[in-house]
Amino acid sequence: MTDWLGPEEWRAVTLSLQVSIWATLVSLPLGILVAYALARWSFPGKQLLNGFVHLPLVLPPVVTGYLLLLTLGTRGPVGSILADWGIVFAFRWTGAAVAAAVMAFPLMVRAIRLSIEAVDPRLEQASATLGASPVWVFLTVTLPMTLPGIVAGVILAFAKAIGEFGATITFVSNIPGQTRTIPSAIYAFLQAPGGESSAMKLVIVSIVVAMGALFLSELIGRRVAARVGGA
Amino acid sequence: MLHVAIRHAFASFTLDAEFRAPPGVTVLFGRSGSGKTTIVNAVAGLLMPDQGLIASGDWTLLDTARGVRVKPHHRRIGYIFQEGRLFPHLTVRQNLAYGAWMAPKGAAREDMGRIAELLGIGHLLGRRPGVLSGGEKQRVAIGRALLSAPRLVLADEPLASLDEARKAEILPYFERLRDEVSVPMLYVSHSASEVARLATTVVALDGGRVVAQGPAAEVLGDPSVLPAGVRAVGAVLTVRVAHHHDDGLTELEAGGLPLFLPRVAQATGSTLRVRIAAHDVILSRTRPEGLSALNILPGIVREVRPSDGPGAIVALNTAAGRVLAHITRRSADALGLAEGVEMHAVVKTVSVAPSNIGAGGQPR
Repeated sequence: MTDWLGPEEWRAVTLSLQVSIWATLVSLPLGILVAYALARWSFPGKQLLNGFVHLPLVLPPVVTGYLLLLTLGTRGPVGSILADWGIVFAFRWTGAAVAAAVMAFPLMVRAIRLSIEAVDPRLEQASATLGASPVWVFLTVTLPMTLPGIVAGVILAFAKAIGEFGATITFVSNIPGQTRTIPSAIYAFLQAPGGESSAMKLVIVSIVVAMGALFLSELIGRRVAARVGGA
Repeated sequence: MLHVAIRHAFASFTLDAEFRAPPGVTVLFGRSGSGKTTIVNAVAGLLMPDQGLIASGDWTLLDTARGVRVKPHHRRIGYIFQEGRLFPHLTVRQNLAYGAWMAPKGAAREDMGRIAELLGIGHLLGRRPGVLSGGEKQRVAIGRALLSAPRLVLADEPLASLDEARKAEILPYFERLRDEVSVPMLYVSHSASEVARLATTVVALDGGRVVAQGPAAEVLGDPSVLPAGVRAVGAVLTVRVAHHHDDGLTELEAGGLPLFLPRVAQATGSTLRVRIAAHDVILSRTRPEGLSALNILPGIVREVRPSDGPGAIVALNTAAGRVLAHITRRSADALGLAEGVEMHAVVKTVSVAPSNIGAGGQPR
């Protein structure tokens, strides 16, 4: 496989996987929390939160990337504080992961929220009458019954993260080995003369990864649904 | 003794109920919309009433006057819901064990094997709720509630979603719970035969208010209490199985009087409760001769109460116990019925449905 892909192409593939996996897994707990809050809680500013979460879905990705650069860049209000602690996102692979996570977040939250809303609150009541505190109700009833939605949300977010381009290139540029993920690499290869064959290889890798993710989500989804559905 | 006093205003009606539930099964009896489910939800903590007191001895669940509102998961109540509400992602065994996981350490708890055997669900432990029949699900739900080490069991019309055959399958388990498990139970029902078979105590509700409460035989034998309508009126007799005859009849003995019913399953010597529906009773001034009905109970009229429409409910004290008869007011006038008059209550053997005959338990 490494023979077939040049070192530069190979690096783009591993970097893409690294960025997407981190983006998905780190944002998952927050995604579940936000989905639960949107599905079950009523609080002032709920619509605002809902809009904010969905913003990356409707904004041009370049705008999202630029906003990230403004806030999380080393001179940005948040980025400068983080930089004092030694955490720097701009022009690093971690920044690419942040951009991918932000872009994928609405898709993840949507899928999980729908499946939390499908959990019958009467089962949660039953759990409470059996002595389960709210945290245990969530861990033993809500969360397991939401699992199909979480799996769907994770796969969807992963697919979105691996294909993320606009926000990433705006926020963290296109630095080989640092922030050059598969889409950025394809873009760069197509800009240079003679890069078509490298680009085509990465296109094939993209298709394989996407198909693999879909296949995996089907497989896990079916297993989980069989468990949760009780059939 | 559990003391419940609840006041809660809904948009369309106000619940204002107070009652006491001694040990045994206390049935909240009334039409749908009379506030029964609201009361059990308040006891479970799923609904916070505007004002209320729910306490038993020094065990207080709710006292709005003192600001005590115990959270549902700290109430130690086993709730059997109308629709079962089993956890679909857990096996039957895990469903049953769920309450025990959550119960405080050291809480007195029932043994799963014993409860599974009592409910006849031992062979289902490895399955998931999705593959169970309605009756099996409800039996698992009963077991799950009992195994959570509850101090009180609530049952909200647990048979209402089942067909007649399944009801007949589950009701005996509730009778066994009443007689073999010591935890007190609040049982919601609008079915007169369930009340007659299960209740130790009856709390009759109408329009969000308690219209009568007391020992089952007393409340059900009171002609003024019609929480489920006049057609559901009927008294309960406690009888003993005397003899199974070869012609398919069982002879019962009640206060020295013989009572013939279609063959019952219980063994000779066991105690039964029999509900005699008021509309199945005929009254006669003289002891009838040449009549096909086998059961003739002589007694003295205690009360004649006109009901809605052309009818009247007559309460008759017999040696077998209180019997109610639903007759027309025209007949009541023609017979000259009044308190103290001697009458004979006539009950057709085949009019007593099997669903109105239940095991044991004194309806004190």
